[in-house]
Amino acid sequence: MQNPVENDVYAALADATFQAMQQAVIYLPPDVKRAIDRAVSQESDPVAQGEFANIQKNITEAERLGIPLCQDTGVPVVYLTIPPHIPFSAQLYDAVAEGIRQATEAVPLRPNVVDPLTRKNSGDNTGAGMPAVHVEPGSRFTVTVLPKGAGAENVSRIAMLLPSEVDEIEKFVVETMLIAEGKPCPPVVLGIGIGSTFDGVAALAKEALLLPIDQMDPFEQHLCDAVNRLRTGPMGLGGDTTALAVKVKTGACHTASLPVAVNVQCWACRRATVEVTWE
Amino acid sequence: MTGTAVQLSIPLGDEVLALHAGDRVELSGIVYTARDEAHLRMQHDGIPFDPEGAVIYHCGPVIQGNRVIAAGPTTSARMNKLSGFLLDRGVRALIGKGGMGNSVREQLQHRGVYLAFTGGCAALASSHMTLVGVFYEDLGMAEAIWAIKLDHLPLVVGIDAHGNDIFREVREHAKQVFDTYRKS
Repeated sequence: MQNPVENDVYAALADATFQAMQQAVIYLPPDVKRAIDRAVSQESDPVAQGEFANIQKNITEAERLGIPLCQDTGVPVVYLTIPPHIPFSAQLYDAVAEGIRQATEAVPLRPNVVDPLTRKNSGDNTGAGMPAVHVEPGSRFTVTVLPKGAGAENVSRIAMLLPSEVDEIEKFVVETMLIAEGKPCPPVVLGIGIGSTFDGVAALAKEALLLPIDQMDPFEQHLCDAVNRLRTGPMGLGGDTTALAVKVKTGACHTASLPVAVNVQCWACRRATVEVTWE
Repeated sequence: MTGTAVQLSIPLGDEVLALHAGDRVELSGIVYTARDEAHLRMQHDGIPFDPEGAVIYHCGPVIQGNRVIAAGPTTSARMNKLSGFLLDRGVRALIGKGGMGNSVREQLQHRGVYLAFTGGCAALASSHMTLVGVFYEDLGMAEAIWAIKLDHLPLVVGIDAHGNDIFREVREHAKQVFDTYRKS
């Protein structure tokens, strides 16, 4: 039996998830738009300039018409912060899934979620372990969504380097984009995880995609410049901008390990955060 | 938009032979969407539209009623082995993203062009499109052939009829750059 207060909380979480998803697939975050504007102002290749013109018009058209930027509205990756007074239970996951179902129907989102072996589509973007929900404690009750398209996710990579191979990280990052070519719809954002464990480093790489991309520290800028020397350019058609930004998250690891993960994100670096509120 | 775009109207003819890789074009007229399943069906059952001067768009759109909601390009390379018969029958242009293989580049020589549309630009695409008709609707929304009228869709010539291929040039340059890591 659920008490009425808890019912309110879960309804509010479902609604906040819906709002965040709708916002994410239609409106790019301000930091992403700033990073694109900066890249446009620095791009010297005429073909790349044309691709950027289309990208910028697409952003404007999606906002004007209230429709998704891209037909691949991704799979729902969701991050919750839970303050101490909110009870942690399986119902939080159910509420997030309900919000995703509502968004699939109302926005609409393309139903992308299938069983991995039978390939049967659930039709509502939910399934076993999907939405992928990550929970951590926080001072505010928030839901952040990161709808993740397949083109960029499919070229993401992980490596278990040797502790002596710190200098090989740059090579692995650049090699990832060499192999990817135009497939992830560059200019990309690269989320890099370094350290932790085999599974943990992939989580770090994805969390790095939540960081604002209009600022980079010297190491991130160094990796970004290295990727851009490939001159793969927007859509693999050449140009100065292959990566809009590189963001790095690190975690402590075993003395005998150096896990590295590169999570590739297309130019439409879609994410949104909504605070969960109720009366 | 940079420079002036070449205006093209479907059905296309020998004007495509004058295009060069890197040229920006604006395409108007009716195109036919086709992904893997539609290509296979056309190979077996014949092409359900007049292929002479026609244009194929590698796209699985989101259609709602009579409206094109979102219609960005899909990865063209999946159709590498499925495009020759269309060009043999008079198709003059293929639209998609990511470029195509060596065999398609050769099949396009002296006949047609590959036009790249910016990936992820589904909202922009739909604002240049009107739905006209459909073939093979039983294949499902993504795989059916949708006849869509374009109004000045902005594209770039990725592969021209002279064997020039921007994607190949970019790929070779990237490999050279990466070789510096291999040597160190």
